[in-house]
Amino acid sequence: MKRLKNFLFLLAAAPVVAFASGASIHLDKAPVNLSDQDSLQRGARMFVNYCLNCHSAGSMRYSRLQDLGLTEDQIKENLLFAGEKPGETMKVGMTKADGKAWFGATPPDLSVIARSRGADWLYTYLRSFYRDDTRTTGWNNVVFDKVGMPHVMWDLQGEMVPHYRKEGEHEVIDRLELAKPGSVTLAEYDAKVGDLVNYLVWMGEPAQVQRKQLGVIVLIFLAVFFVVAYYLKKEFWKDIH
Amino acid sequence: MSALQKMMGWIDDRFPLTATYKAHLSEYYAPKNFNFWYFFGSLALLVLVLQIVTGIFLTMSYKPDAELAFASVEYIMRDVDWGWLIRYMHSTGASMFFVVVYLHMFRGLMYGSYRKPRELIWIFGVLIYLALMAEAFLGYLLPWGQMSFWGAQVIVNLFAAVPFIGEDLSIWIRGDYVISDATLNRFFAFHVIALPLVLIALVAVHLVALHEVGSNNPDGIEIKKKKDPVTHIPLDGIPFHPYYTVKDIVGVIVFLMVFSAIVFFAPEMGGYFLEANNFVPADSLKTPAHIAPLWYFTPFYAILRAVPPLFGSQFPGVVAMGLSIVVLFFLPWLDRGKVKSIRYRGPIYKIMLALFLVSFIGLGYLGLLPSTPVATIFAQVFSVIYFLFFLLMPWYTSIDKTKPEPERVTG
Repeated sequence: MKRLKNFLFLLAAAPVVAFASGASIHLDKAPVNLSDQDSLQRGARMFVNYCLNCHSAGSMRYSRLQDLGLTEDQIKENLLFAGEKPGETMKVGMTKADGKAWFGATPPDLSVIARSRGADWLYTYLRSFYRDDTRTTGWNNVVFDKVGMPHVMWDLQGEMVPHYRKEGEHEVIDRLELAKPGSVTLAEYDAKVGDLVNYLVWMGEPAQVQRKQLGVIVLIFLAVFFVVAYYLKKEFWKDIH
Repeated sequence: MSALQKMMGWIDDRFPLTATYKAHLSEYYAPKNFNFWYFFGSLALLVLVLQIVTGIFLTMSYKPDAELAFASVEYIMRDVDWGWLIRYMHSTGASMFFVVVYLHMFRGLMYGSYRKPRELIWIFGVLIYLALMAEAFLGYLLPWGQMSFWGAQVIVNLFAAVPFIGEDLSIWIRGDYVISDATLNRFFAFHVIALPLVLIALVAVHLVALHEVGSNNPDGIEIKKKKDPVTHIPLDGIPFHPYYTVKDIVGVIVFLMVFSAIVFFAPEMGGYFLEANNFVPADSLKTPAHIAPLWYFTPFYAILRAVPPLFGSQFPGVVAMGLSIVVLFFLPWLDRGKVKSIRYRGPIYKIMLALFLVSFIGLGYLGLLPSTPVATIFAQVFSVIYFLFFLLMPWYTSIDKTKPEPERVTG
């Protein structure tokens, strides 16, 4: 029964993990919804648990997570593990030099990663790790070939292996298949990555929700002001022919 | 005499306040037939003020230091009260400045606003445009992202293409062998003090020259030729204040609606106002795959790339790019048309102006794309049209069949 279930999930996921041929890789649409606070809170937890060990978010203060509906106590209890204070930014213990020595490149700061990479890229990237014994980490990625980062969330997703197809003289990755299941199903894994990416998008610009709300008010104000100004102009100009 | 009148009298004995107010506002007579295209001068002034005010507030939190600059921008975006709004107004303002100025310049081309007696207004205007380009280029380095760094690297390297002195010249500009902290510091100084001063001074002389000769209008005729015999006020002139102040307020609101829509809902403007790659901190060891300048420079960048290198030197392209702007200064003397306004021009000028417009927009589009053989051919064709518009102007404007101008302004 479990095998059948896995097979069905694989079937459902197949079009998603299948990659278009050619230079540009098809990116899946990330389920970004900044009004879903539960998803953002789950994403924040994922971020702190999985990303923040190697990647910093040097512009992001823990206390800003209160915008996601968390209280300061909740932040302290659930998200601060190493004695940080809520007012501090999300730093990592690992030095830049260590990062470079261990992974070949310093893991980039993730404060604005969603703004440089885009949500869809992140969503696809985090679901495209596969086993590759030629790499020192044992992992490679379809979206980012020879990436220095190992598959940090492998315990969740499990191990994916590539299936190749011939394209002219080259062998290209056709799709990834689940070789060893993780602790959650692929669909559940997609949802978790969706939460994480949702959080990364929010973290890229924490003011963006407020920005759009304010924008509506500003435009309504200007629309009213326009009517006043238009009739003022008309009144002044009525004797000009 | 009221207290206010007394006070005004006291001031006027010492400073020409009332006289200045009259000369430039309440008794500055502007043609009554300004149309849509005449909003962009006052809008450019509005954007200049917005840029200066938002710029002052950004300076309070920005750190012109290669180690701190990138993070300080994010600090403004997150931790400074309303910092995100100030920063987006400034970044959107930069692009909108060019939108407004390009429309303002095109208005000049359509209605012959550069023609005698307004040659100096035009020349001051081109100088403003040059200063604005310098200001935008210098400011774009400050966020210290990848595009800031590599964009500056590419542009400063253009100076290195100058024969003999180029290499030294580019080092002198950068203050280093690569774009570095020294470059960032001097660009900051130029961006926040030197160029704004130059801009304000040029805008002032642009306006003084304008108010000396009076505004052109969509008919391209001089309203000062037909004056009221008693009052000596132009028959087709109306006081700038209150008529054009109340009219410009309407234009300002419409502009602010567009501006706000961008600031609040699309501050990146699909990557045209804020590039995705500029959210990656500058890295002198990682060259981006594709470096393109921001959209307002791309027409000139396309001209630069369209010119083939000579003996492996980019210099001819740099010269062509320089000439594409220098040629603007000569416009008042290149135009030999009997009429100023496009309304009374013949078909040849209309066709040439349309071709010029297509070429300029075409070059702007091509400048955004990576260079390919086909794109280069298009860029070469457009570049030739761009220059022919100016170089053939003495000929085609003098043979063009124009229509008679009206005695008085129309509609």
